[in-house]
Amino acid sequence: MAKAIEVVGLRKSFGRIRALDGLDLTVEEGEVHGFLGPNGAGKSTTIRVLLGLLRPDAGEARLLGGDPWRDAVRLHRRLAYVPGDVTLWRNLSGGEVIDLLGRLRGGLDQRRKQELLRRFELDPTKKGRTYSKGNRQKVALVAALASDAELLILDEPTSGLDPLMESVFRECVREERDRGRTVLLSSHILSEVEALCDRVSIIRKGRTVETGTLTGLRHLTRTSITAELAGPPNGLAQLPGVHDVDIRGDRVTLQVDTDQLDAVLRQISATGVRSLTSTPPTLEELFLRHYEDDLAASGATA
Amino acid sequence: MMRTFTGTFTGTPSLVRLALRRDRIMIPAWVLSLAVIVIGTASSISTLYPTEAGRASLAASMAANGSLRALYGPVYGTSIGGLTAWRMGSMGPALAGLMTLLLVVRHTREEEEAGRLELVGAGVVGRRAPLTASLITGCGASLLLALLITLGLLTQGAVGAVAFGLAFGAVGCVFAAVAAVTAQLTESARAAKGIAGALLGVAFLVRATGDAAAPGGPEWVAWLSPLGWAERLHPYAHERWWVLALFAGVIVLLVTAAYALVAGRDLDAGLLPSRPGPERAGRRLRGAYGLAWRLQRGSLWGWAFGYAVSGLVFGATGKGIADLGRTNKSIADEINHLGGTHSLVDSFLAAMINFLGMLAAVYIVQAVLRLRGEESDGRAEPVLATAVGRLRWAASHLVIAAAGSVVLMVAGGIAMGIGYGASVSDVSGQVPRMTGAGLVQLPAVLFVGALAVLILGAAPKMAMASWSAASLTLAIGLYGPLLKLSRWVLDLSAFTHLPKVPTAPATATPLLWLLVLTAALTASGLAALRHRDMG
Repeated sequence: MAKAIEVVGLRKSFGRIRALDGLDLTVEEGEVHGFLGPNGAGKSTTIRVLLGLLRPDAGEARLLGGDPWRDAVRLHRRLAYVPGDVTLWRNLSGGEVIDLLGRLRGGLDQRRKQELLRRFELDPTKKGRTYSKGNRQKVALVAALASDAELLILDEPTSGLDPLMESVFRECVREERDRGRTVLLSSHILSEVEALCDRVSIIRKGRTVETGTLTGLRHLTRTSITAELAGPPNGLAQLPGVHDVDIRGDRVTLQVDTDQLDAVLRQISATGVRSLTSTPPTLEELFLRHYEDDLAASGATA
Repeated sequence: MMRTFTGTFTGTPSLVRLALRRDRIMIPAWVLSLAVIVIGTASSISTLYPTEAGRASLAASMAANGSLRALYGPVYGTSIGGLTAWRMGSMGPALAGLMTLLLVVRHTREEEEAGRLELVGAGVVGRRAPLTASLITGCGASLLLALLITLGLLTQGAVGAVAFGLAFGAVGCVFAAVAAVTAQLTESARAAKGIAGALLGVAFLVRATGDAAAPGGPEWVAWLSPLGWAERLHPYAHERWWVLALFAGVIVLLVTAAYALVAGRDLDAGLLPSRPGPERAGRRLRGAYGLAWRLQRGSLWGWAFGYAVSGLVFGATGKGIADLGRTNKSIADEINHLGGTHSLVDSFLAAMINFLGMLAAVYIVQAVLRLRGEESDGRAEPVLATAVGRLRWAASHLVIAAAGSVVLMVAGGIAMGIGYGASVSDVSGQVPRMTGAGLVQLPAVLFVGALAVLILGAAPKMAMASWSAASLTLAIGLYGPLLKLSRWVLDLSAFTHLPKVPTAPATATPLLWLLVLTAALTASGLAALRHRDMG
C-alpha cells in the first residue's frame, strides 16, 4: 500500500525550544490515522511542516509522494486542512468562507456542502466575528469535508464541539474513510481516536513513542480482572505479567499484561470461579503509561 | 442600595492598571508627539515672527482670508502664544480627540468583541467597571497632554498656557465620552471607531464652516462644535473660562448616556442590529486576489474619500494663498521656503500634494501590514493550506497596496485640480497638471511600502517597525523645513528627493532611482518571505 505521509527523524527548534526531536510518522493511503499526544507534544508543529508552512531543521517529510515545502501548491490541491484554532475573517459570513476556501483549493461540491451544513446545524449567514469557537470549527470542517481532497488533515477538530456534533463528526469521518480518503486526525481525546482510527501514533516531547494498530497496541496494555473465587486464590501474584494484586478473602482484583491473560485465567479457573468481571484495556491506560514518568515527576515535585 | 451601586464599579483600579500596562507605549507616543508638535510650533513662530508688528500683520492677513480661517480657525491674539493657539487650536485638539476615541473603544468594545471582557467580567468586576476604567484611561491621557502643553508654553504666559492645555484636555474628554457611547451601539469595534471618528470629522467641518463665514455671516455655526469651543476658550486672548462649562455639560450628558446603555444591554450585544451575511460567496470572492480585495476595499474607499475631500479643500485654498501673497510678504516667503521659488500658488499646491503623498505612505504601510495581521492571527494558515502559494498570497495584498496608492494620489490630484481650477476657471488645465503632480509622489510612496515588505519578509516580528518608517517620513516632511533640520536628516525621507512638481519640472532621474530601489527591496522581502517559517 502506498504511503500518504512519511516522516522520518523530523527535527525543528524555535529558538531554544525544541518542538520536534526526531519524530517519525507513517500514514498509509486510505487509513484513518490517529495522531495522539498531550498539548505541546509537537502535533501542530508536525502538521505545519507537512503543510509547508514550517521548514524542518533536519529529517525527511514526504506528503502524497511530494516534498511538502517545495511542492506545496501542487500538493495542497489534493488535501484539505482544519486548523486546531480556527480564526475567521470578521466581516465574511461562514458561507462565504466555506465557498472561498473551496474555490482556493480548486472546487467544492455544493450539494455536499448543503448536506453538511444541515447535519452540523450551521447557520452560514452569520459573520465570522459572531461565531462561537465550536461554530468556527464547524465552518472549517464543512469546508474541508465538502472538498474532494484525497487527504484530510484535521488538527484537534472537535475541541469546541458538543457531544451531539462530535458524533456527527465521527459519522462524517467514517464516510470519508469508506470513500477511500486518507485522514490524519490529531487529538488528545482518546475515545475519539479509539472510535475512529485504524492506526495511531503516540508522540510526546517531539518524539514518536508508539505506533501501530489499536489491536497491536493492546498487547502493550493491561486488562483489569475482578473475580470471586471458590477458595483462596493461590500463586496468582507469582505469575508473570500480573500487577497490583489485592486479595480480600475469596475476592481478588488484579491487573494483567494482556499477552499473559491466558495463563492467569487458567490459574483462576483452576481454583473455581463464582463471578468474574474483566475490563478491556483502553487507550487511556496506554496513553497514561507513556506519561507515567511525567506524572511521577509532577507527583514528586508536588 | 448604595452598596449595589458602588459594587458595579468594583475592579475599576485593576482594569485601569491593565489598560496602562497594555498602552505603555501607545499613550506616551501619542501624548509626547502631540506635545512636541505644539511646543515646536510655538518655537518656530517665535523664530519666524520675532516682532509684534510682524505677527500683527500675519494675523491681519490670516483673519482676512476665509479659506485659511476654515483650515486653521480665527486669530484671537497676536502674541506668540496667541498665534500658536490659532495655528494648532483646532487641528491639535482634534488629534487629541482621535487619540481618546481610539483608546476608549480599544478598552471597551474591542475587548468585548475579542472575548477578553468575558474573561475579565467573570472575575470580581462590576458591570460599570470596564467602561469607567476606559474613560479614566482616555481622559487621563488627554489631561496628561494638557499638563505637558501647559508646562511647555509656560514661558509664553501661564494663564494662556493653562487655557490652551485645557482646550486639548477638554476636547479629548468629550471624544472619550463620544466613544463611550458609540462603543455601546455596535457589535464591532471597527464600526464603533468609525462612527466616533466620523463625528469628529463632522465636528471639524462644522467648525470650519462657522469659522469661514464672513463677518456678519453664520459664525454661530462654529458654536455647534466642541472644536469651535476649544478656539472660543480664547487662550492667550482674554480667556473665557465659562466655555469650559459647555464641555463639562456635554461630557456629563454623554457619560450618563453611555452608562445607561451599558446597564441595559447584554454582553456582546449592540444597540444597532447586526445584519446577517450572504449564505454563499459571490462570484468575485474567488482566488487570493478576490479575498485580498474584499479585505482591503473598505479601508481603500475610506482613504480615497478623505483624499477627494482634502484635495478639494487644499485646491480651493490655493486662490486664497495667491491673494494673501499680494498682501503679506512674510507669508509669501514662508510658503516659498516650503515649496520652491516659482510662483506662490504653485509652491502651496506642491507642498499640499507632497503632504498627501506622505500620508499615502501611511496608507501603504497599513495595507502591506495586513499581510502580517493575517499571518499572526492565524487567518493566513487555512489560505496557505490551499492551492495558494506564499508569493501569490503576498502579491495579492501588495498589488492592492500599490494600486491603492495610485488611486489615492490620482483622486487627490484630480480633486485638487478641480478645487483650484474652479476658483481660477481652468478646470481642464489644472486637473491633468495636478494629477501629474500626484503621480510624481508615487515612487516615494512605493519606496516606503517596499521597506515594509522587506521587514515583513526578513524580520516579521519587527513588522510594526514599518510604522516608524512612515511616521519618520511624515515628521521630517512636516517639521523638517520648519525646524531647519540639517540636510542629511531631511535626506532620510524619500519625499525629500522628489522634484517639487508643479513648481519645478518633473525630472526622471530621482524617480527612476526610487523605483529601482523599490523593486530591489520588494524582491528581497519576497525572497525572504518565501524561505522563512510562517506563523
